Amino acid sequence: MPYRHTVGPRTHVFADLASLMAKATPIRSGDCLAGIAADSAEENMAARWCLAEVPLKDILARPLIAYEDDDVTRLILDDHDETAFSEIAHLTVGDFREFLLTASSETLARIAPGVTPEIAAAVSKIMRNQDLILVARKCRVVTKFRNTIGLPGTLAVRLQPNHPTDNLAGVTASILDGLSYGCGDAVIGINPVSDSIQTMGGLLRLFDGIIARLEIPTQACVLTHVTTTLDAMNRGLPVDLVFQSIAGTQKANASFGVTLPILQEAHEAALALKRGSLGDNVMYFETGQGSALSADAHHGIDQQTLEARAYAVARRYRPLLVNTVVGFIGPEYLYNGKEIIRAGLEDHFCGKLMGVPLGVDVCYTNHAEADQDDMDTLLTLLGAAGCTYVMGIPGADDVMLNYQSTSFHDQLYIREVLGLKRAPEFEEWLARIGLTDAAGTLLPGGAAARLLTAAPDLAA
Amino acid sequence: MSETDDLWQRLAGLTPARIGLGRAGAGLPTREVLKFGLAHAQARDAVHTPLEAAQVASEIEALGFATVTVASRVEDRATYLRRPDYGRRLSPESRKALAEAAGEPADLALVVADGLSARAVHEGAAAMLKAFKPHADKAGWRLAPVTIAAQARVALGDEAGEALKARAVAVLIGERPGLSSPDSLGLYVTFDPRPGRSDAERNCISNVRPAGLSHDLAAFKLNWLLSQAFSRGLTGVNLKDESDRLIESGEAAAAIESR
Repeated sequence: MPYRHTVGPRTHVFADLASLMAKATPIRSGDCLAGIAADSAEENMAARWCLAEVPLKDILARPLIAYEDDDVTRLILDDHDETAFSEIAHLTVGDFREFLLTASSETLARIAPGVTPEIAAAVSKIMRNQDLILVARKCRVVTKFRNTIGLPGTLAVRLQPNHPTDNLAGVTASILDGLSYGCGDAVIGINPVSDSIQTMGGLLRLFDGIIARLEIPTQACVLTHVTTTLDAMNRGLPVDLVFQSIAGTQKANASFGVTLPILQEAHEAALALKRGSLGDNVMYFETGQGSALSADAHHGIDQQTLEARAYAVARRYRPLLVNTVVGFIGPEYLYNGKEIIRAGLEDHFCGKLMGVPLGVDVCYTNHAEADQDDMDTLLTLLGAAGCTYVMGIPGADDVMLNYQSTSFHDQLYIREVLGLKRAPEFEEWLARIGLTDAAGTLLPGGAAARLLTAAPDLAA
Repeated sequence: MSETDDLWQRLAGLTPARIGLGRAGAGLPTREVLKFGLAHAQARDAVHTPLEAAQVASEIEALGFATVTVASRVEDRATYLRRPDYGRRLSPESRKALAEAAGEPADLALVVADGLSARAVHEGAAAMLKAFKPHADKAGWRLAPVTIAAQARVALGDEAGEALKARAVAVLIGERPGLSSPDSLGLYVTFDPRPGRSDAERNCISNVRPAGLSHDLAAFKLNWLLSQAFSRGLTGVNLKDESDRLIESGEAAAAIESR
């Protein structure tokens, strides 16, 4: 069914809901590359006017990809909570924006299971950056494994000790450096170069040993393909969290070599290990706008809506952590700092509105029109928005993946400016071993020797 | 130097990652902020420096290769970055120029492309071809003219290889610059090149630069991949690069020495 909106002498016609949502999306290079973006600034705004008048019920009734064609659509509709939805079922997209701006944290938590990704994406398209920040800040999503992540007033950090050859001593050096800045409460998580089970085993044992020796209330993850992690669990290796990159369509997930039954199997296997001392959120997912287009699996749907659909996949498996790797994919999807900043805020908002513990890899590549100043801006906005976690990478320079993200120093900056704390158990641990004072501020000097007890080989 | 400084210096020797930087409050020391800024500036320059095609062509001709210079369908760098699909196709004039340059069917078409770092091409393409030439001569492969391609992506080699009637194409292309690697070349080998080939049908040798994989070793690997491609009639995921085993066993060193 076509949608129409009249502006003065011109009537803008949008062929269907997918086209309307694409044309209503703030302009970005990926939608232009896909040939689905608005052709003019006026058409872009006409689509937003039109979208604001669409009832949420209609969005629910018109799946963007047919139920029988796509298992992500089936997951979205099969998991949909009618009771939670009933509270917002009478609203249009425009009404919903105003509802969100006035809703309490309790209300937002109550409706979350009734919010489909298409509904979250639709409302985000008519929200300004300040709306995305304000509403996301009110959404609280708390998850637990060996600590508590997502409490109000906290921001966690993934310590990302990547190394170009997976060298264990080199990885350990980066971990010790990160811990000395108080990083690592979200996870100590590495992207290995090699996907081999041997490499994975070495890294898992290393992390397990460091966490055990220093009694760190945190968890570890080796970010390899889910099937490799299943193999590792079958071999009895110490797996805390199962990682997988996911996307918003069945075909895009297939391009990652992943299916919903495989995720289910891995989720159950990790739960059976019972390695979490405080909770059983055992999954870690990564996503990013543009992945479906890059896999030629976008079905004419805009990249931001597809990204929100990936959060529906994540939500089913009650993850500890989900992050959008927002600027990693390159300028053909998000061209510059402005587009990366907007996308980061949209992704964080949509995830939180749907009840997913969203963190953001605030990042860019050297061929994007962006720099560290843009990352400072996005980090500050996400800190204000109550982002679950960000990355901590030595000097913001990932020497394995060749991109720039946020550093150990950057998290110190945002804590000082916004008064954000770490996960409480981790914060207590830092004070107990003498790295910080009772308020969580780093104490000068002396940390290294204490941390080195975790890696006696390096102490010599 | 304090014991702690000494310790961090030792740890820093274990990884190229930027550890042990120190801090000024929550921030980086000034020296580190400036070092990072310089590295980023060099990477940005590598992305945006235009290809000096005539200079590159004359260096390559001096090695004894014929050359032909072409361009993709991209007009400028901003479009190049936004439209990878345009960078994968030859401009109509270039397609014609290659058809005219094509002689009898060839075994191998070499394509030198700016990709995301013209600097990598300016500093490394001729040296790379110089290291590779003895392998090609020894194998007796019939070579098409070396194509110098501006505003080009890897897949442009498919159309170039087809136009030059080559059984295989090897694309030497500037890789996306890392913060400490603005000068890295990637080598992509595709058997039976034609438009529509997927990345899964190629083999890649990456990180070819003075501080990474040397030209001699890269040439050895390229020769190995091409020999395999010609004898097995394929490239891509079904052709695993096992040249590392030869390199580890010392055969590569011997081959490089003896040439």
